[in-house]
Amino acid sequence: MANDHTSEDNNPIARRNFLLGAGTAVAAGLSSPAAAAAQQRGQAQAAPQPANDETFLTLTATEVAFFSAAADTMIPADELSPSGTACGVVTFIDRQLAGAWGTGAKMYRSGPFRKGKPEQGYQLPLTPREFFAAGILATNAWSRQTRGKDFDRLAPQERESALKELEAGKAALGDFNGRQFFAALLQITMEGFFADPIYGGNRNKAAWRMVGYPGLPAVYSNLIEEYRNKRYYAEPQSIADFS
Amino acid sequence: MATRLKEVDAVMVGMGWTGSIMARELTKAGLTVIGLERGPDLTPGEHFALPNIRDELKYTFRKELVQDPALETITFRHHRSEEALPMRRMGSFLPGNSVGGAANHWGGLHWRYLPSDHLCRSHIVERYGAKVIPEDMTIQDWAMSYDELEPYYDKFDRLCGVSGKAGNLRGRKIEGGNIFEGPRQNEYPNPPLKMTESALMFEKAARELGYHPFPQPISNASRAYTNIEGLTLGACQYCGHCDKAGCEANAKAGPQVCLLPLLRAEPRFTLRPRAWVSRLLYDKAARKVSGVVFTDTRTGEEYEQPAGLVVLSAYVFGNISLLFHSGIGEPYDPISGTGVVGRNYCYQLSRMGVTMFFENKEFNPFMGAPGSAMALDDIDGDNFDHSGLGFLGGARFACGHADGRPIGYRPVPPGTPRWGAEWKKATAKWYHHAASIAVSGSNYANRNHYLDLDPTYKDQLGRPLLRLTYNFVENDYKVMEYTVGVAAKIARAMNPTIMGPPRIRRGDYDIVPYQSTHNTGGTVMGTDPKTSVVNRYLQCWNADNLFIMGASTFPQQPAYNPTGPVGALAYWSAEAIVTKYLKSPGPLVHA
Repeated sequence: MANDHTSEDNNPIARRNFLLGAGTAVAAGLSSPAAAAAQQRGQAQAAPQPANDETFLTLTATEVAFFSAAADTMIPADELSPSGTACGVVTFIDRQLAGAWGTGAKMYRSGPFRKGKPEQGYQLPLTPREFFAAGILATNAWSRQTRGKDFDRLAPQERESALKELEAGKAALGDFNGRQFFAALLQITMEGFFADPIYGGNRNKAAWRMVGYPGLPAVYSNLIEEYRNKRYYAEPQSIADFS
Repeated sequence: MATRLKEVDAVMVGMGWTGSIMARELTKAGLTVIGLERGPDLTPGEHFALPNIRDELKYTFRKELVQDPALETITFRHHRSEEALPMRRMGSFLPGNSVGGAANHWGGLHWRYLPSDHLCRSHIVERYGAKVIPEDMTIQDWAMSYDELEPYYDKFDRLCGVSGKAGNLRGRKIEGGNIFEGPRQNEYPNPPLKMTESALMFEKAARELGYHPFPQPISNASRAYTNIEGLTLGACQYCGHCDKAGCEANAKAGPQVCLLPLLRAEPRFTLRPRAWVSRLLYDKAARKVSGVVFTDTRTGEEYEQPAGLVVLSAYVFGNISLLFHSGIGEPYDPISGTGVVGRNYCYQLSRMGVTMFFENKEFNPFMGAPGSAMALDDIDGDNFDHSGLGFLGGARFACGHADGRPIGYRPVPPGTPRWGAEWKKATAKWYHHAASIAVSGSNYANRNHYLDLDPTYKDQLGRPLLRLTYNFVENDYKVMEYTVGVAAKIARAMNPTIMGPPRIRRGDYDIVPYQSTHNTGGTVMGTDPKTSVVNRYLQCWNADNLFIMGASTFPQQPAYNPTGPVGALAYWSAEAIVTKYLKSPGPLVHA
């Protein structure tokens, strides 16, 4: 079993094994039976799971573990959808951070870099890839200091309270802005959940099913009046379904 | 050493709406024209095609059709006592990055400005007296009246195939249209789009309260339409992707569908994409420009393009920065209040309104277009009595559904967490049942808001970036407070199950979240060279063969979106060049 909490923190293979079973194991071991059951239900109805040998483009094992724990805390499995990881959110994040956007496309990156007012926007020299790497390091250090473990090793309720502190700007991440990191983490997680499945997230259009968004082709000139104040149901279709 | 190219009659700097209109009109008059565009060319049939055009991540969040700040951005600060820092990502506004300009990804809202907007200062002085205008509010009149510009508004309407309903036909007020608008000589080219349930609910509530709702005018053709150039637009499909993506149905007006097919076939016209103009060649003593210098962005090679006429048809910031980089006109100085280039920068008050949740209504928020909404103009401009209100200007409202794209559109009632199990429940529960009244407000000029050159940061060509000094002021906060209050009143009358808190902007202007691509001013028009850069024909006071297009010529910004007058002014200026300037080159207005 993968509920091996004694494995070396720095052993990437042990870390990965831990990660693959983390969802149910941690829930079963440390949380209420109800939570574990809910999680298992979620996984039972999940879209195809990531293969156990999923290869990531840029994320390290520690980063995969962090993003997985965050995604499943922000998007827990329940009757509305499988969990964030089961929906491919981490695959999405990996591909985004490995690609043009993650490596700084469409950013002005000339110095000098100075701390501004929040209304002046992002002023760090880091690309999104580097920003998330730095944010995970800082958050895990803070998590170890305040809770004794890396963020991904915390029980679900502890992860929730940690994310709430980050969100509220109450996490002391030294000179790294935790609130700003949280906002970016929430944004990329939601992008992974709701974006078209071609990017690796929103597997089986789970997020679109959850809200009732039909996706493509979005050609409604003959439907908009017919469905005025009447729910329009359609099997969601994505870009790949038309390619 | 720049390679000198063969002289042309006219060069366009930027190939969006105004460059395309001007190029078309000047080639029709027999001139040879080159259109320089910094970005790449696009082919709508290939780049705006199904299925990939329906990609919210790519177009809304990765900003596929938006200017790359790594090439050129601006720096920003709230006050001149502060240090400006670069806008490292595009956010608050989204200029375009390719042939067709921002019109490739615009929402299509197509307005005319009110007759009183054209006479902003003199109208207010006449109705309320000069003392109601705050000392630091530097509003001024346009250089032509609404009536003078009407034939050109009309022409641009018929180029775009605007869908809407007239509320004032040659002075006759028509219920159901916008009764506050200036007189039109013609009905809209196309009938309004089909309305959403939310739009009809808003219309009913507003009418019962005594307001005058009307279909929001839109440059999305409600039916197949052949424009004044003989080009055909398709019918709108209500896809809900207009405002950040191209239109696969060719229903949304833009240069790519309304003009460029003809220009591409025109032997007197050359389109040169990936040509970044870095400065104009200016002879200050002669008060003439003789061409432009540009860099081929594929190779880095520099070229000199001599031309008899230069038309600045870039986005607002591009027009202003090229004047600075070319030494044309006196830079504005906010301390003395003198100088003109960079003066009267204005924006638009947005991200305001109120969101409502209706347990028993079904909205299908993904079906719609910005035109399948009802609008309201009763508390816009000077359509209502400002006596005793303590502010000038107003806002326009709209209610409908035009974007149910779920990365960005996830309305939840107040108090809902932003993630976790409770967030999921609320998101799933309310996605189909929320509607919003959107409020966009006017933004009147202030002597402390301006653009100049940044002392520190440079663009990719090594030129100083433009520096924006801007914030909201007292008048803005009062406009927001008052108009959002009216929106909340209408929202309550719509009787929602839950009503969100009115979204009123408080605090400083924030350049991060998207607000609107409706920046104005910096090269404003006027009758006096001491307070304007261009005369009534958009001819530069400092160089009679330089014409400056677009919203950078607006002296202040009403609540409307600017594209309607931007197109009208391009036609107006083109006609002045063809019928007046070419016959007798020189200043068309004597200062």
